[in-house]
Amino acid sequence: MTVFSFLFYLFAALAVVSALGMVMNLRNTVAAALSLVVTMISLAAIYVLMEAHLVAAIQIMVYAGAIVVLFLFVVMLLNLRQDTFAPGRQWLVKSAGALAGLLVGAQLVRLLSSPLPELPVLPEGFGGYRMLGISLYTDYVLLVEMASLLLLAAIVGALILAKRKID
Amino acid sequence: MVPLEHVIGLSAILFTIGVIGVATRRNLIIVLMSIELMLNAVNLAFVGFNRLHPENLDGQIFVLMVIAVAASEVAVGLGIMISMFRNRDSVDLEEVSLLKW
Repeated sequence: MTVFSFLFYLFAALAVVSALGMVMNLRNTVAAALSLVVTMISLAAIYVLMEAHLVAAIQIMVYAGAIVVLFLFVVMLLNLRQDTFAPGRQWLVKSAGALAGLLVGAQLVRLLSSPLPELPVLPEGFGGYRMLGISLYTDYVLLVEMASLLLLAAIVGALILAKRKID
Repeated sequence: MVPLEHVIGLSAILFTIGVIGVATRRNLIIVLMSIELMLNAVNLAFVGFNRLHPENLDGQIFVLMVIAVAASEVAVGLGIMISMFRNRDSVDLEEVSLLKW
């Protein structure tokens, strides 16, 4: 096993364990948000291993930085540190878990029985800011504009929703 | 490089954990976090398949778009959560069942 694959499986295990810690944490919402940070950072490390450097940097900045800080901000603002709502219906939890396990098992069997092609050799500068930026601002410039409109709409929507009284 | 099957398998496992969180938890903030987890799993699949076709970077550009959508979704979702907390003093999803059939 090379260092590369060792690091991949290490971060994959970390991501799965911390994701489970987020979903199964029934007491402390802050700890759940911090588990989510661990998942995000492990995924960023996996992106680095897969040569997607810019995506890894943005993953850490936007997800682990902005989004989880927003979550923590709201948890602290509304004083929701104690999670008092245990899942109500036990049969629902059990059947959802069984169904999800069945689905993921079927997916894994399907994946492992019909192998995907071997990974090709990467071109120079793959996943760097230069190649991604050129592609983003030539072929996908309309997509960038649409993303900016979406973010503007989200800002206005969040302001109106969180306002105390709409006048 | 690890085989791509393992990357897609990790993505499937993370997505399933997110689905379980959305289906079973009653705390709205945990449900929103589980949605973020599902989006992350999809991002991982995008990056993995982009690694398989490295002649262009379409997959990674889609990841950037998914991140933009996730950011706006969190902003609006937390805005809804704050107004819901203000009206009902709780973020329990069982109490917000007006639109449920």
